[in-house]
Amino acid sequence: MTKTVFFGAVAAAAVLGSTGAYAAEGDTLRTVKQRGELICGVNPGLVGFAAPDANGNWSGFDISLCRAIAAAVVGDPNKVRFVPTTGQTRFTALSSGEVDVLTRNSTWSFQRDTELALDFPAVNYYDGQGFLVRKDLGVTSAKELDGATVCIQTGTTTELNLADYFRANNITYQPVNIDSNAEGEQQYLAGACDAYTTDASGLAATRAAFADPENHIILPEIISKEPLAPAVRHGDNNWGDIVRWTLFALVAGEEYGVTSANVEELSKSSTNPEVQRLLGQTDNLGGMIGLDAEWAKRAIMANGNYGEIFAATIGEQTPIGLARGLNALWTQGGLMYAPPFR
Amino acid sequence: MSEVHAETVPFVRGTMLPEAPPPAAERGAIHWLRANLFSGWVNTILTFVGLFVLWWLFQHFYPWFRHSVWNASSMAECRTLITERWGEGAGGGCFGLVRERWNQFLFGFYPPAEYWRPISAFWLLFLALAPVLFTESRKLRWIVVGVASVMAFALSMLMGAPDPVLICLAVGIVLWVVLIEYIPRAALIVSVIFPFLAVWLLWGGSIWGPATILAGAVLGLAVWGALSRFGALAVLAGLAVAVLWWWFLSSQAAIDLQRLLPLELPKMESRGFGGFLLAITIGVSAIVMSLPLGIILALARQSDLPIVKGFAVIFIEFIRGVPLITLLFVASLLLNYFLPPGTNFDIILRVIIMVTLFASAYMAEVIRGGLASLPRGQYEAAGALGLNYWKMQRLIILPQALKVSIPGIVGTFIGVFKDTTLVTFVGLFDPLKQLADTIRATFEWKGAYWEPYIFSGLIFFILCFSMSRYSMYLEQRLKRDHR
Repeated sequence: MTKTVFFGAVAAAAVLGSTGAYAAEGDTLRTVKQRGELICGVNPGLVGFAAPDANGNWSGFDISLCRAIAAAVVGDPNKVRFVPTTGQTRFTALSSGEVDVLTRNSTWSFQRDTELALDFPAVNYYDGQGFLVRKDLGVTSAKELDGATVCIQTGTTTELNLADYFRANNITYQPVNIDSNAEGEQQYLAGACDAYTTDASGLAATRAAFADPENHIILPEIISKEPLAPAVRHGDNNWGDIVRWTLFALVAGEEYGVTSANVEELSKSSTNPEVQRLLGQTDNLGGMIGLDAEWAKRAIMANGNYGEIFAATIGEQTPIGLARGLNALWTQGGLMYAPPFR
Repeated sequence: MSEVHAETVPFVRGTMLPEAPPPAAERGAIHWLRANLFSGWVNTILTFVGLFVLWWLFQHFYPWFRHSVWNASSMAECRTLITERWGEGAGGGCFGLVRERWNQFLFGFYPPAEYWRPISAFWLLFLALAPVLFTESRKLRWIVVGVASVMAFALSMLMGAPDPVLICLAVGIVLWVVLIEYIPRAALIVSVIFPFLAVWLLWGGSIWGPATILAGAVLGLAVWGALSRFGALAVLAGLAVAVLWWWFLSSQAAIDLQRLLPLELPKMESRGFGGFLLAITIGVSAIVMSLPLGIILALARQSDLPIVKGFAVIFIEFIRGVPLITLLFVASLLLNYFLPPGTNFDIILRVIIMVTLFASAYMAEVIRGGLASLPRGQYEAAGALGLNYWKMQRLIILPQALKVSIPGIVGTFIGVFKDTTLVTFVGLFDPLKQLADTIRATFEWKGAYWEPYIFSGLIFFILCFSMSRYSMYLEQRLKRDHR
């Protein structure tokens, strides 16, 4: 716990320092254009969301968003530098100006949005905390976990959610503190804890990687809301707008059937006025945020629209096999909803 | 009486008996066992407990190693192979991870086309160290120099270094080896220059950057030498000239020289450094710089000048009172707020500075222990010879004090080297945790837990063990007294 307090102090110092230094400087867009390269703070390794391959090329769900922003702003999805940040250093890295944007599966919460002086332009993945247990434990609901030992990563929101949930349901648990996902899986498999809890997307990936996934189940309860969003600094609203509307462009792309395969063709031939505006044939929306007319077209060309990115990195066709669930389009019962492009 | 006796004795031996071998119970394996393992019931019990533990460990771990798979490109493939070969439920290591990702463990995200640069820098390091560390034994020096030269050249070639580089490397190595053997003093100067060469090899860019910085130091030393009769004033003048050079002229000179004679390697990002490249870069720099700093601090702490002494005490006690992680956080996070926005103060450089300061505080205390172990008579005798302070330290005190402190110094070195893995907390890719976690984040290797630890642990062991063996060798070599 002292660790948390210390990081809190560092973060507080970060806030005090940054609001002064950066509100004045402001123009992240200009800096990025000048540099010709976007710097994204990313997770040093989270299955499906961000990981480098043997040649050091990064890929994943969060990485794709970062590349889309780079394509929109700098014009090339490969003009990106990825700065791996740990759970403790991520927000200071952002507020100290070391990275331009954080695409690092960070939960949008009140305190982070206000006290830490960050902005979360829009949610790119709706997650929630779940439990993984062995089948032979005979448990079918998280409410039956009374007295269980639970492996929990320290210093995260999941730790607080767990305490809240058990208190609210008037049951007890024994925490087993772990430091990383890998350690958690190891402890869980070694039988050090009855249940392993983290974000449901992480649990799915963990379970899929087990030697015997059929002997483990993810309990149906999702005990918290974890809206994972990119983050930018307070005080540079134009930059926040760019990140927000790049993400919305990807979502809108899926809604209107604009894919990486047909975006070139649609940008010439589409008769849908919304698509025409999105791809910059009419209205020049990009000019309003300091970009050119074809910014959204490039963003979609980088890795495809939201649906394509989801399917390629964490979707049901991948080993991780996540269903769209809350992350489906609003027209299909999900929460992904892009405001109108006009 | 004697007659009677003489008659009762039938035989008197005229020669000595040949030495008989000791009785069976007092020699060979049996004796060794009895003396070392079963002497008394306590030791017998301990022996059996020890044997049991060994057997238990073997029984637990051997099958895992025996079942391990080398040729697999994912955990799933590895598990199927193990099940095929050893039946259902068999567990084994998936060292295919090491086979596929060894380069990341060694070099992090350094571009593969440039691997020859850290490799040659690493092996040339031994050439630079040879005139310092292996002066005592010609044979050993030959072995070290030979192996390092061959490795630097052969591995660079293997990693696809371009031909002009290989030619330069070969010529340079030959010249350097000749220097080490025939003009040791010049070789020492090359050793001092080597860090600049290594920085250039690792980070790239124009060679004239490090070269002009080196020129500043040379200029400063020259001024000091020319004015040496003015004492402390000469030191100040030399320092001033060097600083002025660095501040106003060196960058412009580097640009001009680059225009005249372009010599450059592709520039590398510090963020791309990782694995053992990072650990060794930080470890070696901190080790090399912390020893002189530690000596100065130890002498300062013993000084009679109150300000010097006070500063040394405060510095040492402050650094030793703070965990290394705190210093690293200061380096990576807090420093950003004090620097003007947009300054790009290299993260590895910041970490190296902090680790060096940390190590030098411990080093100072180790050396102070060595200084304290010298009897007062040594100081007094040196004073009676009319030596001034620096001569006394250089000729009489430090050689003895450092020799006494060797185990402690090397212990600190090893500790510093292992502490470099803590850089994981500031988002750098240390070989032990961050890199392993990152590799596990690709779905193919998710679930591989022990394999990366075993691989990194093995390399750490090799490096640390060699350091400790070298320290024992040095102690043997320097054992001149007969205490």
